Amino acid sequence: MDNLFQRSLEDLIKGFRLQLLGESSFISRALEEIRREVKATDLSTKSTALHKLSYLAAIHGVDMSWAAFHALEVVSSSRFHHKRIGYQAITQSFHDQTSVLLLITNQLRKDLNSVNEYEVSLALECLSRIGTRDLARDLSPEVFTLLGSSKSFVRKKATGVVLRVFDKYPDAVKVCFKRLVENLETSDPQILSAVVGVFCELASKDPTSCLPLAPEFFKILVDSRNNWVLIKLLKIFSKLASVEPRLGRKVAEPICEHMKRTVAKSLVFECVRTVVSSLSDHEAAVELAVAKIREFLVEDDPNLKYLGLHALSIAAPKHLWAVLENKEAVVKALSDEDPNVKLEALHLLMAMVTEDNVSEISRILMNYALKSDPLFCNEIIISVLSVCSRNAYEIIVDFDWYVSLLGEMARIPHCQRGEEIEHQLIDIGMRVRDARPQLVRVSWALLIDPALLGNMFLHPILSAASWVSGEYVEFSKNPYELVEALVQPRTDLLPPYIRAIYIHSVFKVLVFCLGSYFSAQESSSGSSSTVYESILNLVNVIEIGVWPLSGAYDVEVQERAKNVLGFIGMAKQDIAKNVNLQDNDAEACRVTAFMEDMFSEELGPISANAQEKVCVPDGLELEENLGDLEEICGKFLKPVESDSVSCTDKISFSVSKLRIRDQQEASSSSTSLPAKASSSLLAEHRKRHGMYYLTSEKNDPDSNGTPKDYPPANDLASEILLDPLDPKRKAKHRKSRPVVVKLDEGGESRITTSQAKTKQESVTDDESLSRAIQSALLVNKKGKEREKCEGNSNLVVQEEETSRIEKPQNSEKKKKKKKKKNGERTSGKHRSRRRSEVASSSEQVEIPDLLL
Amino acid sequence: GTDDHSSDLFWESRINMIHFVLLVSRQGKVRLTKWYSPYTQKERSKVIRELSGVILNRGPKLCNFIEWRGYKVVYKRYASLYFCMCIDEADNELEVLEIIHHYVEILDRYFGSVCELDLIFNFHKAYYILDELLIAGELQESSKKTVARIISAQDQLVEAAKEEASSISNIIAQATK
Repeated sequence: MDNLFQRSLEDLIKGFRLQLLGESSFISRALEEIRREVKATDLSTKSTALHKLSYLAAIHGVDMSWAAFHALEVVSSSRFHHKRIGYQAITQSFHDQTSVLLLITNQLRKDLNSVNEYEVSLALECLSRIGTRDLARDLSPEVFTLLGSSKSFVRKKATGVVLRVFDKYPDAVKVCFKRLVENLETSDPQILSAVVGVFCELASKDPTSCLPLAPEFFKILVDSRNNWVLIKLLKIFSKLASVEPRLGRKVAEPICEHMKRTVAKSLVFECVRTVVSSLSDHEAAVELAVAKIREFLVEDDPNLKYLGLHALSIAAPKHLWAVLENKEAVVKALSDEDPNVKLEALHLLMAMVTEDNVSEISRILMNYALKSDPLFCNEIIISVLSVCSRNAYEIIVDFDWYVSLLGEMARIPHCQRGEEIEHQLIDIGMRVRDARPQLVRVSWALLIDPALLGNMFLHPILSAASWVSGEYVEFSKNPYELVEALVQPRTDLLPPYIRAIYIHSVFKVLVFCLGSYFSAQESSSGSSSTVYESILNLVNVIEIGVWPLSGAYDVEVQERAKNVLGFIGMAKQDIAKNVNLQDNDAEACRVTAFMEDMFSEELGPISANAQEKVCVPDGLELEENLGDLEEICGKFLKPVESDSVSCTDKISFSVSKLRIRDQQEASSSSTSLPAKASSSLLAEHRKRHGMYYLTSEKNDPDSNGTPKDYPPANDLASEILLDPLDPKRKAKHRKSRPVVVKLDEGGESRITTSQAKTKQESVTDDESLSRAIQSALLVNKKGKEREKCEGNSNLVVQEEETSRIEKPQNSEKKKKKKKKKNGERTSGKHRSRRRSEVASSSEQVEIPDLLL
Repeated sequence: GTDDHSSDLFWESRINMIHFVLLVSRQGKVRLTKWYSPYTQKERSKVIRELSGVILNRGPKLCNFIEWRGYKVVYKRYASLYFCMCIDEADNELEVLEIIHHYVEILDRYFGSVCELDLIFNFHKAYYILDELLIAGELQESSKKTVARIISAQDQLVEAAKEEASSISNIIAQATK
């Protein structure tokens, strides 16, 4: 009689609301109690315990897989009350690996055969949730019987379960499909709704196999006034039309009728979506749909506004005019309260972008970015960046404008997309020769602004700007100001690796200026004192700015600073005795010429699959252990290391050191060198900014480390430069648009093939199901045709018949025959119309004439 | 990284329209959960935590749909309760809003102007009603009257069984077992 003292579910819930123990300890206590009670022999005690457990699992996320067996015990009770609790517990506690899963088959079968329709319903509901392959196989006869039940309540539920059964056990299609199709003609709206729901899912998985049922679906589409059913049917037709375009013409009219007639927004929206996504060739329908979209857009209801925008974005690829017509509403939606609406509007606006309006749209978006919250602001920035850079900046004609836009983005307060902007600044520098002057201007403006240095999100942009200014220093209007910007005091806010880039850029500027100074002297044999003074000023500014860094904590910064200072130390003497400098063998002059040479090497973009193009030279063992190299390299590096400490040394060693270093990095990057601080740093730097180092190898005629077969990236680039422009590009832009270096698209094609592959795989996954449906349809049609032959009174039936299959003794053979026949007829009948080509594309499927 | 991993576990093969139903109170308390696609308990708690965080923080004038991990969650607030259903991208949001409303109306009819407490104390009834409305994540009954009739028929079955169980003879039979 412990029954009387057991806490009921209500007690538990009340207790929970009053408890002072804290949630988790209350739950664990309750669980203890339940574990005890559930072992009782008395079924009501057991079921109450299980009921409480179900509650805890559903609401408080308690694991109840341990109770699977107890759930089974309770289900076997003859009382409906217990059964219901038991079945609920089963759906919560069972999964595919539950050990007692095998034990439930008989119980389910028993309940599926019960005379009590509510018990049947419980079993069906349970099957729909836990059905495995075995369960689906063993119980498909029962499900089949129930599909023909005289009780509509049961028939409806059985229909709902069919999908799970098919999914787990495709062979069940053979058994059940006929009944399912028969149910399409039912007068019971609930059953119809359930069946259409099943076909909707089947069609979305495999539209081709459902195509033969198109006449039945069409009839319902025309006759039904049930919105739930119609929505499903629209989804079905949208799938079918994707494999059989001729269907579109037939269904466009009834869909338009529904669109005009109904007041239910859900149905209107579904019609609109079907039209813009699947019937986009049917002008009248599209126009009506776009009119409906416009109605949605002007509504106050945020749901409709959102859906209107969403429908527009579906229409955008094929009917851009629809978007353009509603441009005002789209732009207005950018300032909506709802982030979803804003995002949708942003995507639409980006879909509208073309060569002609890119600057206008970007202008609008930049204004919104300025006043938006950080999240949306960055969403805008990244959208603009990705649309503009798509396909090697395809839509950009005016690169000066675009580069300025990038500069503007950096100044938007919330901007956090530094990395992407950094990438594009450098990328454009390398790809678009004509954009370089503007790049240098924009970079200079960024570098000179001390305020930007305080924002760590902008550091990558500044890094790119400094690199660009150094690399393309020949376009700089005022190198003196540039250097001032690069050594300004606030640069100590930068992380060391960016600082190192700054110093390297200073070095490049210095070399450039000295180079032109020396060469000017050579040619004019003596120069004015103003030039002399300005070059001295420049050198002094650099010396003052870089000097403190020679003691920097970061070795990379320190080393670069010392390189610069060493170079200056050497050059200064030669500048001083400039007046009588006639002899070409002044050391500074030589070294400067050499450095200039080195820096003037053009850097090009690197194709994503450049590595693949590099063939492994003969005799190079990639797999071999390179441990032995350590000794050799260790010896080789040591003297250089000890030298580099003194900063009074002349620049010449520094240059040669760099060269040696580079050589070694190139030849032995995979060896485990002793962790010499500076060399590892250089390696790291090289890894991070690999592009800066490409030239040194080529400048070195005696670098044996790098095999000659390696084509440096630049060679690839210049090769491609010569290639004719993309044929797709319009002629009018050939002149105005600068050349953009674009590398091979091998990478892209690889991606698409891999996508195709996965698609293929997914197709094969569903194949068993679709094959089952197709063969089931063949059998089904056969039966049906016979029926109809007897009493064909209306025209539709006759027409239908002609296209239907006769006797499928051997379905394979028959299919072939049919195909032939279909082809013959099509070409014979409609030779004058343009249909024959369409027919050939849909050969595998029989499509009734009714719909053509 | 974990996010990507868990989203892989979700619904690898879709066989139903509605993936799950969730009722959450304004205070973030879960009042009902129903999962039509298989999840582990861990995933469930994660989903609940994530979604209630997003939904409870949305303002009143925003649309009733959120894009979430490649799915759509349709939600609507009734008094102190948020009713949420998760569907695929391509499904009809407005239709699901109607289903939610339909469910609320049936609950209202059954409990007689339903409130949160009704659902707390009769959580199983809310489940049974949902089971009559949806099967395998599909709407199966669009008539409010029919649902009400079916539920009351089943209630009567239970009552009859209970009476039988608590009859004196039954208690004696159990006691002397």
